Amino acid sequence: MAAEMTTERHELTAGIGAGQPARGSLIRRLLRDRLALGGLVLITVFGLGALFAPLLAAHDPLTIDATNRLAPSSWEHPLGTDQLGRDTFSRILYGARWSLGTAAVATAIVIVIGVAVGLVAGFYGGRLEALLMWIVDVLLAFPSLVLYLAIVGTLGPGLKNVMIALICLSWVAYARVVRGIVLSMRERPFVRASRALGAGNARLMVRHILPNVVPPVVILASLQMGGLILALAALGFFGLGVEPPTPEWGTMINESRLFLQSEPALMIWPGLAISLTVIGFNLVGDGLRDVLDPRLGDHR
Amino acid sequence: MTAYALRRLLALVPTWLGISLFAFALSTLSPGDPAELILGRQLDDPPTPQQIEAFREEVGLDDPFIVQYGRFVAGAARGDLGTSFRSGEPVFAELASRFPATLAIAVPAFVVAFALALLVGVISAVRRNSLIDHASRIAALLGDSVPSFVLAYMLIIVFAVNLGMLPVAGRGGPEHFVLPVLTLALATTATLMRLTRSSLLEVLGEDYVRTARAMGLKERTVVLRFALKNALVAVVTVAGLLFAGFVTGTVIVETVFAWPGIGRFVVDSIFDRDYAVIRGFVVFTGTVFVLVNLAVDLLYVRLDPRVRLMSERSTGGR
Repeated sequence: MAAEMTTERHELTAGIGAGQPARGSLIRRLLRDRLALGGLVLITVFGLGALFAPLLAAHDPLTIDATNRLAPSSWEHPLGTDQLGRDTFSRILYGARWSLGTAAVATAIVIVIGVAVGLVAGFYGGRLEALLMWIVDVLLAFPSLVLYLAIVGTLGPGLKNVMIALICLSWVAYARVVRGIVLSMRERPFVRASRALGAGNARLMVRHILPNVVPPVVILASLQMGGLILALAALGFFGLGVEPPTPEWGTMINESRLFLQSEPALMIWPGLAISLTVIGFNLVGDGLRDVLDPRLGDHR
Repeated sequence: MTAYALRRLLALVPTWLGISLFAFALSTLSPGDPAELILGRQLDDPPTPQQIEAFREEVGLDDPFIVQYGRFVAGAARGDLGTSFRSGEPVFAELASRFPATLAIAVPAFVVAFALALLVGVISAVRRNSLIDHASRIAALLGDSVPSFVLAYMLIIVFAVNLGMLPVAGRGGPEHFVLPVLTLALATTATLMRLTRSSLLEVLGEDYVRTARAMGLKERTVVLRFALKNALVAVVTVAGLLFAGFVTGTVIVETVFAWPGIGRFVVDSIFDRDYAVIRGFVVFTGTVFVLVNLAVDLLYVRLDPRVRLMSERSTGGR
């Protein structure tokens, strides 16, 4: 959905050309949006938690304490302990490292791939474009969880294969958006003028098209971070994600399924962590969209 | 109309081919030799190299990729999705026998999701910035952000564990349907709710709505008779998008609630390393996906006279 919304119009940013609104005002506008601000706070909290997990966590997330299993919350263990006596709070903190870290690395990689494919498809056109856009259409149209399950189910569980799946499926949204922008800009007077002055494709792409690609890519990245965290969690929930002793939120939920009736809290904390992080990214994504490209927002 | 339907079907063929190519290419990447995997399950003793060689020959595993893919697609088009490694039964039969159980929760969930989306969507469009409008905005955010397995477990914890009103999982009487259907409906309704709202708002700004109001028609008549009818065209089209949510939802819901449908079957098959079923599932879902899209296309033509006229003109008017 996000992809379709962002492909529609880039006239606003395009009209401004390469001259973006001053950076200060952009951030100030984003901060004035209370929902986006709330989202930013959520992301910051979990981000700092991930960054400083070793300092904030009183316990090692992997240390098993058989004498202290399923303990209720206390000063020592703010969120209690799990079925193996591991401190839940520490596991949630370290879990933020896995969720945010994996999603951030995957996002960085897919932005590079997606933008490159989009630029190439938009600029060179022809059969190459048709082939690339066919792949994009197929992968975007189809329910992504089925494809995630198919990839990880075939290659086997574990971080490496999860990463492969995330990367294989997530570049397509960027490619479609970027291609749309290239197509809308290719024939603009300033691009044609630059070409007439002897600029080659590479120079046109980097100097004139790339700056206009940034705003929609930033919006998409924020919205997609949420999607990647959800995908990672879902694979973990199926038992196909990062392998068990690792404190990954989806994997934690999978492990706590056996204790659903006696210890629902074991499931609630990681569930809350996933939901709040994704809410954060979605709010910031929506806020960014309103600030960078107001025409794309829904009728608020 | 028939010609139009055929044309739409043809337009969906590349998508279907793409999905089947994805599924087939993926299965060739599966770790281990499929011949060894399959024979290992069919025979009591570990297979001898001669047996493996004979099997590879028989099934055509040594043929070039494109030949094998061609054979796979030709089979899939006839409903032959290969044989399950685990049971030795045809994959299509395995999936088809579990499909009714999936539909048994998916169809009621679709009805609930659609009804809820219309109700809340219309109210929040007509009463903008009311409590319901704000609530639906929050619901939409949650629908986009809370994983459906978390939603499912929250519902279980509240209604099954704490209140003891409903069973935790399994299949049985009507009470077993409530939580799976509710989870699936809630997980998918949010997008549709916001869409109903925004397309209704758009239509409410049109000239003919203003005219209807100026003629002194009751607001209720204006909204329900004139505006909603037109807003629905957009909503129905996007209902096809719900398909993705439903497939994802059923796989998760069936896993959480131990529901014997195709979603849970494929998850079990993943752990059994039954690659034939994984591949078959992707193609099966792809086929349903193509059919749903075709149905939505045709519905759209029926609902919107402008599109209908255009399609008739371009197909010779007959």
